[in-house]
Amino acid sequence: MSLLEIKNLRAKVDGNEILKGVNLTLNAGEVHSIMGPNGSGKSTLAQVLARRETYEITGGEVLLNGKDLLAMKPEEAACEGLFLAFQYPVEIPGVSNAYFLRSALNAIRKYRGLEEMDAMDFLPKLREKMKLLEMDEKFLNRSVNESFSGGEKKRNEILQMEILEPRLAILDETDSGLDIDALKIVAKGVNSMRGPERSMLVVTHYQRLLDYIVPDKVHVLVDGRIVRSGGPELALQLEDKGYATIESAAGAA
Amino acid sequence: MATATQALQHYLEGFTSLEKTAPSRQHPWLRKLREDGFARFAETGFPTSRDEDWRFTNLSAIAQTPFRLVRESHHLPSQSDLAPYHVAGAACRLVFVDGRFVPELSSVGILPGGVTVSSLANAIAQHPAAVSAHLGRYLNIQRDPFSALNTAFIEDGAYVHISKSVILEGPVHLLFISLGHDTPSVSHPRNLIVAEENSQATVVEDYISFGKTGDKALCNTATELVAGDRSVISHYMIEREHGQAFNVSTLRIQQGRSADVSSHSVLIGGALVRNNVHPVLAGEGSECLINGLFIGNGRQHLDNYMLVEHASPHCGSRQFYNGILDGHAHGVFHGRIIVHKDAQKTDAKQTNRNLLLSDTAQIDTKPQLEIYADDVKCTHGATIGQIEENALFYLRSRGIDETSARRLLLGAFAGECFDRMKEGPARKHVENLVREDLRRIAYSSRPEERVA
Repeated sequence: MSLLEIKNLRAKVDGNEILKGVNLTLNAGEVHSIMGPNGSGKSTLAQVLARRETYEITGGEVLLNGKDLLAMKPEEAACEGLFLAFQYPVEIPGVSNAYFLRSALNAIRKYRGLEEMDAMDFLPKLREKMKLLEMDEKFLNRSVNESFSGGEKKRNEILQMEILEPRLAILDETDSGLDIDALKIVAKGVNSMRGPERSMLVVTHYQRLLDYIVPDKVHVLVDGRIVRSGGPELALQLEDKGYATIESAAGAA
Repeated sequence: MATATQALQHYLEGFTSLEKTAPSRQHPWLRKLREDGFARFAETGFPTSRDEDWRFTNLSAIAQTPFRLVRESHHLPSQSDLAPYHVAGAACRLVFVDGRFVPELSSVGILPGGVTVSSLANAIAQHPAAVSAHLGRYLNIQRDPFSALNTAFIEDGAYVHISKSVILEGPVHLLFISLGHDTPSVSHPRNLIVAEENSQATVVEDYISFGKTGDKALCNTATELVAGDRSVISHYMIEREHGQAFNVSTLRIQQGRSADVSSHSVLIGGALVRNNVHPVLAGEGSECLINGLFIGNGRQHLDNYMLVEHASPHCGSRQFYNGILDGHAHGVFHGRIIVHKDAQKTDAKQTNRNLLLSDTAQIDTKPQLEIYADDVKCTHGATIGQIEENALFYLRSRGIDETSARRLLLGAFAGECFDRMKEGPARKHVENLVREDLRRIAYSSRPEERVA
């Protein structure tokens, strides 16, 4: 059984159809990349999978571990092992990072029938992971993403991923706004999470990230559909030639 | 002019019978206070919505109800009944039932030297001169009919006196309990807090209901707080009576030079609640913080009115009010600032932030700045919004269920108010109460809970 099966997924927002029949299969342990020009529906796909209710599903089916993902609320999808690293993580003043993370972890643990972790057990684990991501401990007491730089926000997304240990991680343009040093730290964190039980969907516009997080497969999303799939070399081809050739080929099809 | 649709006859009956009691007979100054109060109230009656200060609040439910003083309170709570209402870490606790002091339920114990905490009735009996030096000298009975009515019926309440340079660490907890009665009942607690030069103290006024619900109950309470030069005073007003109660409260503050007063109001209970905060910055360099939180549900009406008077140069005032409204609740924020002619270098700021959780919740927010000096800084602002969708989704996408996520966000919003309270027992008390209230609102305000 594959970890993620997307069949003919169609979705619209504000009356516009953005996803026009997406098909994709992801097996456990695989890392796939989704690339595409602006407006192709990359972020929409990520948000629909994470169950954002502002997007209306107009067709198709998605199975996560054989279960109907589209019937789940966002918190259920998260508890079933889905994690979305946001492209633009929102700031939440008044809710501390540490409290938020522990609440999230405990919600998922509870769902899985595990005991809740108290602060005393949780904080050392959190500190350890923060160190690896080169995040200052003072972030613990700060509000979620408040006054974080772009790079700090992206590292906070990866920190959450490391704490919540998802089965399927969707990284939505995790490289956007990062300089090369921050990119390397983030990639290191992501790569440390690769394993036979975990799959990833790396959504990206630029090929650069894929030098560090090498995918098993690359898909190209154009106008709401996956029009081409291939190995990592497909990404290099896109980098070289741009999206135009694929777009026109897709248009002609 | 008192209008025909108001039931006022019973107030005259109540006043007449009260006048026969001992205290005012022995103290002509008290009798005069009461008579002036009643005369003024008889002239004006209750405010109507044509009165600018009451524009958003319909008082007919109060004006048309024949409220009467409670002659005797029965079925008082026991000491153990009240244990859940205590403030942990309080320096002392005075308990009032239907506006009257109940010593058996109170706990005063040993207070530091220079601190006097007693019932007002006792204070009038023991040291009338100290009381008459301040009682009734600040509350404006001309402008506000409820203040006039309260003054007409001065009987009991709390008296707190802190001597020069004395610092009282724990809060003074004043617990006001309304019981349910078979007919509409009213009480008029009157409090006087005098903080001498350089003193520091915290006073918590806490309004609760106890026992069976009974008929309509009105608590018309007034507090005069005299903050001497360089004193530092925190005052809390917590309204958490049940959903059929009416509560009108006035805090009139008189600040001396460099006095620092923080007024925190937390309105979470009651059917129709009006809280007036009226500081007069009479001494140069004084500072006033008015920090309010109101949380409404069902058909609650929560009216927050403040009148900050800058009467002296170099004074600063801050008004920060946060409102959370669900169901058909109606919130009002009316923030008046008067900067008198000689109050140069005034620095006044006013902010009202509101979260509306339903399509039927409503907020009226009105700044009113009257500036007569020419070298001042006055800013005001208001926001009205809903729970941030992006933040809610972010929390849920991490596994946190919708109710808990809403609670976290509501808690963060209320937290803005808590952060303006000094760390300590009073703040903790308020945080616990509000947390409980938010738990209920977070659950009931979810979109799927709505009945079309």
